[in-house]
Amino acid sequence: MSTPFALPRELGTTAFTRSNPLARLAPAAALGVANVVTLDPVTPVLTLLVVAGTLPVLGLPPRQLARSTWPLFAAAATLLVVNTLANPAPGVGGEDLAVGATTAVRLLAVALPGLLAFATIDAVDLTDAAVQQLHVPPRFGYGALAALRLMPLLTEDWRHQALAARARGVTPRGPVARVRDVGRRVLGLLVTAIRRATRLAVALDARGFDGARRATARPSAWTGADTAWTAGGVAAAAAVTATSLVLGAWQPFLG
Amino acid sequence: MTPAAVEIRGFGYRPPTRTSWALRDVDLAVAPGEHVLLLGASGSGKSTLLRAMAGLLDAGGDTAGAVQVDGRPATSARDRVGLLMQDPDAFLVLSRAGEDVAFGPQNRGLPPDEVDERVARALRAAGFPYSAERPVAALSGGERQRLALAGVLALAPGLLLLDEPTSMLDPEGAALVRRSVGEAARASGVTLVVVEHRVADWLPLVDRVVVLTPDGVAADGAPDTVAAHPAARDTWLGGPPALVPRPPASRAPAGRLLTATAVTYRHQGAAVDALSAVNCSADAGSVLAVTGPNGSGKSTLARLLGGLAAPTSGAVTASPALTGAALADGRPHRWRARDLAGRIGSVFQNPEHAFLTGSVREELAIGPRAVLPGRSDLAELVDRLLVQLRLTHLAEANPFTLSGGEQRRLSVGAALATAPRLLVLDEPTFGQDPTTWRELVSLALDLRDAGAGLVVVTHDLAFRDAVADASLRLDSGKVVST
Repeated sequence: MSTPFALPRELGTTAFTRSNPLARLAPAAALGVANVVTLDPVTPVLTLLVVAGTLPVLGLPPRQLARSTWPLFAAAATLLVVNTLANPAPGVGGEDLAVGATTAVRLLAVALPGLLAFATIDAVDLTDAAVQQLHVPPRFGYGALAALRLMPLLTEDWRHQALAARARGVTPRGPVARVRDVGRRVLGLLVTAIRRATRLAVALDARGFDGARRATARPSAWTGADTAWTAGGVAAAAAVTATSLVLGAWQPFLG
Repeated sequence: MTPAAVEIRGFGYRPPTRTSWALRDVDLAVAPGEHVLLLGASGSGKSTLLRAMAGLLDAGGDTAGAVQVDGRPATSARDRVGLLMQDPDAFLVLSRAGEDVAFGPQNRGLPPDEVDERVARALRAAGFPYSAERPVAALSGGERQRLALAGVLALAPGLLLLDEPTSMLDPEGAALVRRSVGEAARASGVTLVVVEHRVADWLPLVDRVVVLTPDGVAADGAPDTVAAHPAARDTWLGGPPALVPRPPASRAPAGRLLTATAVTYRHQGAAVDALSAVNCSADAGSVLAVTGPNGSGKSTLARLLGGLAAPTSGAVTASPALTGAALADGRPHRWRARDLAGRIGSVFQNPEHAFLTGSVREELAIGPRAVLPGRSDLAELVDRLLVQLRLTHLAEANPFTLSGGEQRRLSVGAALATAPRLLVLDEPTFGQDPTTWRELVSLALDLRDAGAGLVVVTHDLAFRDAVADASLRLDSGKVVST
């Protein structure tokens, strides 16, 4: 049975993992933006080099690194193959390969920094930081955190529904029935989700969660190191973009 | 913290969307430090009354009368009340034990030093066996409920309300939670109101028993006095309900229906087998009971026998008596859904997991319609089941709005609707009142006498003793005794 709690990640402790969660997300965001705004191949390649350089400070064990990033690499590989082969011109030319490769590295450069940063962050720490540094209303922040915990249960519910339908002989035949069946199941899932949410709301109320007087027993600090990580991330994004500009490769997304 | 007093006068409640009162004319006073066990049949309004005392009723409904805690309306005395519910997973918010216990005190805006002290004290009082750093994910159901109890105790309530705190736990986990509640209540002198079906285990912890009906308090007093009261008939006071003796049935000759041979099952990505090399069989006109602690693989076995999962190795094989002439393959997990439903029925532990439609009537009709499309006697079949399950008055209701006992009856009826020869039931008596319990016993025996085979996965040893012809005990995925 799956539980609504993820097992804690085995993280090494590094200067990076000790920093404020927001300071860990900031560099990822800066690099992500730098890659979204351009279509050139130089920016993403440089970004990936920067990311590769920072891997040791992330404190992620190799196994977990592989587990959390493989779907992204699989997606990039698919993009490469599809873009290379799907070109209507006959034969696999060097140009098609270049287009495919650029698309693939762009995907990696946009998504990988954020994915890795999130992999080092505990949801509770992030919520504390969002409430204390960004002044997100606690009722919203911790409410969302509590709701997030119920997500794995939804997956479980979906599976239960499939089993129940099979046990009762109910399987859709034909495309129309199939679509209707998915609609019915989504509705059923919604009903159970609302029931769970209602129970959770009662539990939160019973625990005095009205967000009005919440004390911060887990102070989320913002230190000079956090400012440094943020500044470093922005600087890296700027440097990557500048290099691409100097090389004449930079090509605006909306140009 | 001083124990709180509760004063309820002429209380009534009508939930939103309902036209009738779920509960009315309730008068009840609980003195500071009293320990009360609140009983009542399924749907008698016990949870509603607890929530009213906690000041947490759905504001969309109508209320009558007054509920006061220490002379204040319950809705404005929430800081005096702690409520623990059935499902610890609906209660715990944060991922580490200590942080979760601190959640309540932090919400009260207490200074960090006091929060830390309360967390430490509450974890101790609840008998939490690990450090505050323990991840919630690594806890068993019983341990989670004890952590949830610590979360309530950390609020230092004067009134502690427990809503079926052990109904989702196996007997071992339930015993741990009961012990923690008893010790915490004794140490703090808190006023305690407990709702539980399984009375015998809680009697040592309480000094007063109240039997509730939708029309108010029916009996109130010391456990012995209340046990003799007619209103106690629909409760578990005094152990499992007496069964009506059955005339010896002319039992159909037994025949093998299903055989599991060296069945092993491993969940995707799991490091160990959920079941390993299990052998068992189900016969026509016979009930097989499967027992064992939480996590022993009972539910997994139920799914494999129910044709809902394929064994990792080994085989589940249906005999020709079950398969019939029309099917070539004897492996139930390979059958098409409609072939399966007409042969093997499955009833899940949580009835809500099985509901596929928006009304009781449709819920009973969907299976037979899929198995035998266009049958002309569908309406009669559904009507007959509605009568048999005493659900006729709820035919148009949404299954999710039924009480626990009604949901259980509906889930069993929905499985019976396709007339399977073999029925696999997973914890059918979980959290049921004696009336539903007795009905499930006679339903199981009726089916058996009519020649059906039954496999019953259960923690409930009284139920096993009442119905089983053969039994099987699992532990850590292995058969430990037959």
